[in-house]
Amino acid sequence: MKEKTQVDDINSSLYDFRYEEDESDMFESGITPQIIEEISQEKGDPEWMKEFRLKSLEIYNKTPMVDWGPSIEGLDMSNIVTYIRPKTRMQTDWNDVPDDIKDTFERLGIPQAERESLAGVGAQYDSELVYHNVREEVAAQGVVYTDLESAMHDKRYADMIKEHFMKLVPPTDHKFAALHGAVWSGGSFVYVPKGVHLDIPLQSYFRLNAKGAGQFEHTLIIVDEGAYLHFIEGCSAPKYYVASLHAGCVELYVRKNATLRYSTIENWSKNMYNLNTKRAIVEEGAKVEWVSGSFGSHVSYLYPMSILHGRGARAEFTGITFAGEGQNLDTGAKIVHAAPDTSSYMNTRSISKSGGISTFRSSVQVNKNAHGSKSSVSCESLMLDSESRSDTIPAMDIRTSQADIGHEAKIGRISDEAVFYLMSRGMTEENAKALIVSGFADNVSKELPLEYAVEMNNLIRIEMKGSIG
Amino acid sequence: MSDLLEIKELHAGVEDKELLHGVSLKIAAGETHVLMGPNGAGKSTLGYTIMGSPEYEVTSGSVFFNGEDITGESPDKRAKRGIFLSFQNPIEIPGITLSNFLRNALEQKTGERIRLWDFKKKLRAVMDVLQMDYSYADRDLNVGFSGGEKKKAEILQLLMLKPRLAILDETDSGLDVDAVKTVSKGVYEFQKDPDSSLIIITHNTKILEALKVDKTHVLVSGAIAEEGGAELVDEINQNGFEKYTSAE
Repeated sequence: MKEKTQVDDINSSLYDFRYEEDESDMFESGITPQIIEEISQEKGDPEWMKEFRLKSLEIYNKTPMVDWGPSIEGLDMSNIVTYIRPKTRMQTDWNDVPDDIKDTFERLGIPQAERESLAGVGAQYDSELVYHNVREEVAAQGVVYTDLESAMHDKRYADMIKEHFMKLVPPTDHKFAALHGAVWSGGSFVYVPKGVHLDIPLQSYFRLNAKGAGQFEHTLIIVDEGAYLHFIEGCSAPKYYVASLHAGCVELYVRKNATLRYSTIENWSKNMYNLNTKRAIVEEGAKVEWVSGSFGSHVSYLYPMSILHGRGARAEFTGITFAGEGQNLDTGAKIVHAAPDTSSYMNTRSISKSGGISTFRSSVQVNKNAHGSKSSVSCESLMLDSESRSDTIPAMDIRTSQADIGHEAKIGRISDEAVFYLMSRGMTEENAKALIVSGFADNVSKELPLEYAVEMNNLIRIEMKGSIG
Repeated sequence: MSDLLEIKELHAGVEDKELLHGVSLKIAAGETHVLMGPNGAGKSTLGYTIMGSPEYEVTSGSVFFNGEDITGESPDKRAKRGIFLSFQNPIEIPGITLSNFLRNALEQKTGERIRLWDFKKKLRAVMDVLQMDYSYADRDLNVGFSGGEKKKAEILQLLMLKPRLAILDETDSGLDVDAVKTVSKGVYEFQKDPDSSLIIITHNTKILEALKVDKTHVLVSGAIAEEGGAELVDEINQNGFEKYTSAE
């Protein structure tokens, strides 16, 4: 008898009786409607969500694997269930954290208590405290910040979630969006009421480490008319998951004249397949600002998309990607100009070293009706040695002549003469190179909140350590 | 008193092309030497090699500083010993301001923290000598500086870091008359200290007018062709290098 693989499962009928006979084996090797129902029941989903999950599973099974980016062959799709089972991701122990992450913590000077809270993913003490402190302060302004699952059960928000959940990123978008729709778990729900200007950023790092938040977390944010929010995802503590697949989804609704700044620093363990989907719809006079730092993961596919839907809507994307040994990070951004007088600005830096590959893909689409729109794309790559690779793949689809479009790309290497110059003033080679790389990233790091900018420079320094000699 | 810098039969070059064919040179503490020679004679190569540039490989011979063999040492270690090279084309380094860079370099050199106020006072005093606008201190190192400001920033670093031996690689090139005067004034400040030693690589003798010169070396095709005192500078100023190059 031939061995069963996930590919076989996809091609056969979902309700094939054979599965019933072989339940234990099947549970190990593929996702079935039964498993989805089990997840749904465990979470106490409303009926519509259960149906949504099952529908997504059907789409997942029908959709072919992505084949245009970095290889994800190392991802054991035949064993996809092991990535989904909640108990797998809960049993984490500091001793199981890979050495390079432990090392990073040591060097970042993260105290023991915080380390323990990270290692024990299920332990919630520190995080909860932060959460409640923030919530009290923002709740007074009518801001909702809670986890998506409890929001779904709250009468006040249930309809809002049903109306917006996976409408921007439908399960038909790609295979991993479908998978996300079927098995999503954990994540945040944020609603900022009309005219409310939140001065302090909301941060989600503690939530991702909290119980129930998994590799399939869903973030849904609605910033109502004229409101302002800065949301920060990720944190000084690199995230660590037992399983090595992350297929999260972020949906951002930025209503008329509102502004949303969405900052991310990702520093996952280097065995992670990060297949994340992020999308924003931006209405009239509103603005989305993405700030994105990608340092971790083995393979990343990450292209936050902004749909400029209302007149005068704006999008800014500032990103940095650092690919080291064994990393293939495919990142970028997509902008769709779907209304007149919209503008977009993309500014990215990618760095590769020790055989790492960093690819920047940009896609700018200007629709026929988007006259008077402006777009400017600038991407620069730095390769720290000759075994590393950096590519930029710009795509532009301009359907109106009344648009102002600019694109600039630069690929370079670290200059030996610059290193010599700094060393001639007494700086060590390692420090000289770290300074040059930090300087290259400066445009991006200054967009980050101060403590994150400091952290990013620390990360660069750590990445540069041991790269000499 | 032994020599501060002693170069013995130095052969150096890039890949398989030798550029210096056995250069020997001695500089005592407090001396100022001028290194002249036609284009491509190897003057900058010699300066870079003394600083330890990895671009040039030393195939034989050695460099001693203060009695110690530093031939294989990295540039940062040489800098800590007190060698400084003023670059012909200073490099633009975004991400760190001139002021922070200098304070950093000073602290690394002395191993002590320097109070910000003391540092700023000193920095401004030196900037006054060089007629530099204070705003340059808060700009990223050399980024967007004009050619003249870059050279002034090099001399600013020289005066702040106070090395024992400074090599000035065509610090005067590409500067107008006034800027050369200002830079020369800065170099004079450095030279005032009786222990400061200098190697001035130049084509132009304007920068030397106000400076005391102890010795002149003429480098031609990677070898010392003639040596003399300050008077040799004037002679070359009048006759050029023809007598050395035509002899080949």
